Amino acid sequence: MITTAPHLSPRRNPLLGSHPGRRLRMLLAAGIAASALSAVSPQAQAQTQVQAQATAQAQAAGAVRGAGQFTDGRTSAAGTGMRTDDGKSDDKDGADNVLTVAVSQSVDSLSPFLAQRLVSTSIHRLIYEYLTNYDPGDARPIPGLATAWSPSPDKLTWTYKIRKDSTWSDGRPVTAEDAAWTFDKMMKDPNAATANGSFTANFAAVTAPDPETLVIRLKQPQANMTALDVPIVPKHIWEKVGDFSKFNNDTRFPIVGNGPFVLTDFKVDQYIRLKPNKDFWRGAPKFDELVFRYYKDGDAAVAALRKGEVSFVPNLTPAQAASLEDAENIKVNDAPGRRFFALATNPGARAKNGGRFGSGHPALLDPVVRKALFHAVDRRTIVDKVFQGHAVEGEGYIPPRFAPYFWKPGASQRIAHDPAKAAALLDGAGYRKNADGKRMGKDGRPLDFRILCHATDPNDKAVGKYLQEWWGDLGIGLKVDCLDNVSDPWLKGDYDLAFDGWSVNPDPDFVLSIHTCSALPATPSGTGATDNFICDERFDQLYAQQAVEYDAARRGDLVRQMQSRLYDTGFMNVMVYPNALEAYRTDQIKSITTMPEAAGNLYGQDGYWSWWSAEPAAAGRAASGGGGSSAAVAIGIGVSVVLVIAVGVLTSRRRRATADDRE
Amino acid sequence: MSGTTNSSGSSSDVPDAPAGTASSSGASGIEMKVMAPSPGSPGSRAARTAGAKAAAYPAYLAGKLGGAVVSLFAVLVTSFFLFRIIPGDPVKAMTHGMPTSAEQLATLRRQFGLDLPLWRQFTDYCAGALTGDLGMSYQFRAPVGELIAQKLPATLLLTGVAVVIYSALGLWLGTRSAWRHGGPGDRLNTGLALTLWSVPSFWLGLLLIITFSVGVGPVPGLFPTGGMESGGTSGFAYVLDVAHHMVLPVLTLVAVGYAQTLLVMRASLLDEMGGDYLTTARAKGLRDDDVRRRHAVPNALLPTVTMVFINLGHVAAGSILVETVFSWPGLGGLFYQALSVPDLPLVQGLFVVFAGAMILMNLLADLIYPLLDPRVGR
Repeated sequence: MITTAPHLSPRRNPLLGSHPGRRLRMLLAAGIAASALSAVSPQAQAQTQVQAQATAQAQAAGAVRGAGQFTDGRTSAAGTGMRTDDGKSDDKDGADNVLTVAVSQSVDSLSPFLAQRLVSTSIHRLIYEYLTNYDPGDARPIPGLATAWSPSPDKLTWTYKIRKDSTWSDGRPVTAEDAAWTFDKMMKDPNAATANGSFTANFAAVTAPDPETLVIRLKQPQANMTALDVPIVPKHIWEKVGDFSKFNNDTRFPIVGNGPFVLTDFKVDQYIRLKPNKDFWRGAPKFDELVFRYYKDGDAAVAALRKGEVSFVPNLTPAQAASLEDAENIKVNDAPGRRFFALATNPGARAKNGGRFGSGHPALLDPVVRKALFHAVDRRTIVDKVFQGHAVEGEGYIPPRFAPYFWKPGASQRIAHDPAKAAALLDGAGYRKNADGKRMGKDGRPLDFRILCHATDPNDKAVGKYLQEWWGDLGIGLKVDCLDNVSDPWLKGDYDLAFDGWSVNPDPDFVLSIHTCSALPATPSGTGATDNFICDERFDQLYAQQAVEYDAARRGDLVRQMQSRLYDTGFMNVMVYPNALEAYRTDQIKSITTMPEAAGNLYGQDGYWSWWSAEPAAAGRAASGGGGSSAAVAIGIGVSVVLVIAVGVLTSRRRRATADDRE
Repeated sequence: MSGTTNSSGSSSDVPDAPAGTASSSGASGIEMKVMAPSPGSPGSRAARTAGAKAAAYPAYLAGKLGGAVVSLFAVLVTSFFLFRIIPGDPVKAMTHGMPTSAEQLATLRRQFGLDLPLWRQFTDYCAGALTGDLGMSYQFRAPVGELIAQKLPATLLLTGVAVVIYSALGLWLGTRSAWRHGGPGDRLNTGLALTLWSVPSFWLGLLLIITFSVGVGPVPGLFPTGGMESGGTSGFAYVLDVAHHMVLPVLTLVAVGYAQTLLVMRASLLDEMGGDYLTTARAKGLRDDDVRRRHAVPNALLPTVTMVFINLGHVAAGSILVETVFSWPGLGGLFYQALSVPDLPLVQGLFVVFAGAMILMNLLADLIYPLLDPRVGR
């Protein structure tokens, strides 16, 4: 390690021995200067930005306060004043209750016409009203911007009543014209249809005969007309936008909207700040500010929660949740999720023109094999061991939280965990074990399957290990292909089985549509919206029926029949519904509405219920918050003092050194 | 960007002079004694050297500049094809898990220009790149140049400050360690530096967060857990706020990084210490500190300077791990996000910026060598 070059032992001068070389000192000094220089320019820029934003915010606050209703519940909250954020307030009148949410996903766009990520669409829920909202109890459609709605007898015309008590945050009234313009733009400009075009693809015309009436005419009946997840934007702002594919809605703050919050400031990957809309017709939110703060690392976010720097952290791992269980003032919310985690079986990839492609295993086309494979899957073990209890055993396609559509297989239909039956089924169908214990296919080759697994998902890998073991006992080989990018082999149909999962919306139309024949790619080289190349006549018939069924009960029934059919085909075997693990500080949030209300999640809800309903806790955070910020100042001063001293020492030493040189 | 590990791996044992300049002992050491810019020996020879240098420098400069321009152009072209090799359909990856119709997919493809044949995409890219337009990011719907400009200051600030501090610290400690090699100070310094060098930066970062941000036992939580600013501040308060947020990430980067400079400086100074010219210098009656400062250190500086510039080249790329742990809004995180889609224009743009920074720093190093060592560039 240490090179022992021949050398003379250097003499030491007791006076000067400890001095670093003069050049070295110059280098140091140059380094400090360079760092100071590089530090100054971005900050100078940022400073001016901040000032601009501060004035913009002040204006926003003025505009919001202008009309001033719904202040009743607020005054008391403001009086208690428990938490000052680390930052100094710019336009605040006293101490503020700030609700800080840790997020990690970057915003793709703040334009409702482009945004597709969960973080962005959640923000849009908070700053724009949609025609309808979802009941926090059972997710059925309830009034949003529209107060009432009705279809015509021929099912092709929908009439919505637009509420009168909603105003844009710049003071202009919200009218049916805004809604009509929003939908019309999406129909006519493909760039405006980038994010939500699937809702308007079937629209024939949208008109606003008067400010309180919106009329949508359809080409075909469409069942999700009470679940149009399209933010309605102010026409007077957006009609000035030129190219919708390039406008990100992040140039002027506050963003004019009419939701429960007004977005006042946004810095990429740093924060999104929102102020309550005091005029919001349902009532103003109780917190004085809602901040989404970026934590790119989950463990750092948990540390911030422990410290109290954030009030809420979503997407915890089981280990993080366990470590927070007995932490003081922190509540872990282990909520039923909206996702399903399934085993998809390649039904033989094909295109709409009949062209077949891919390399799916032919044995999997035999329903008996698919059934036997799923009989050998022990879902209880997956829940207990892989998800460590933070999941619910799965059966039907739609998770139980969506009660109107939830379906469970009957006793005769159910494919329960039964390895013996699996073996018997395979034996009966002619897949017998050879001398080596390998089960042989009809073509005389052993049954060896591949399963596509997401390399980024530890659950996939863990379940893969279990499947290898369980199916190995049946004499079936399994190769777990964990890839960073599963979409290439998936789209080419080059897989036998795959781990699949979707987040389900309150309206199940989309998650059902991805298993219809019309979602298949047009040609073998094209890509379609299909999930797993399923094309089943019976399923398609039911899909077509539910899509035009406006009666909620009858539609629910049809959707359940579809799930039953999907279950029987064995192409999509739902194993579990993973829970959503999240935690919040009870000394900052007194109460908050989950969705579903009884036991549900908080982050990524279908409505704005959680952040809108959150009530600040009265318990003092002021002390530690204020302490933190004064500590910050103290440290800042300390650092600068140290720097000044260091520079001083360096210069004085240099002087002394030059004096030495002169002697 | 794995250059850091490579260069350090080789430099921990044997002094490695990446510039290929002679900094080893023996004959060249003697020559160096004559050529080194030591103020005590102004002779006719030194004057001739200066004259030759004055004539050769412009040609040397032009050669290096030309080389840099060619490399940059090569980078520009390769970056297009390099990232097309990444498997994955950006449109499918971006829309995965979201309600998307086939028409929407087609719209996206058209917006991104992915419906065009590859040669058209390439010519469009070249035409754009040569006029300074790196294209539009797929996922952020914003010009790549703008996105990079947005995040570059944060990265330069964090990594730049860290590199300057750890280079200075490494130089200083390295010199001390070598000059008193084998002593307890040397052993403590190198031991500590090597231990910290082997610590994974994200782990150290998390430990620092838990200890100094959240607070453990008697240690109060002094620093923010992440981010670059609290927001809502301006003027001097903003500068303080950012400095406050910077302390832990800079500390992490310095702790993990300074060993490199220390070891290279130590090793190359140890090499010089056997030089006869040092004996001569002592024989002249120079005090020990002057021998080190004026004779040994300048000659030992070259490999370290090379490494400092390589590290400065890395500054633009940031440090993905540290940026992630401290939620620092820099380029490292942006690169990771771009790769995971793959957001081709963004990846290409970042690659060009990273490679460009490296080329620029190498160029600067090349331009500075002749000033530090007259033998280079003749």
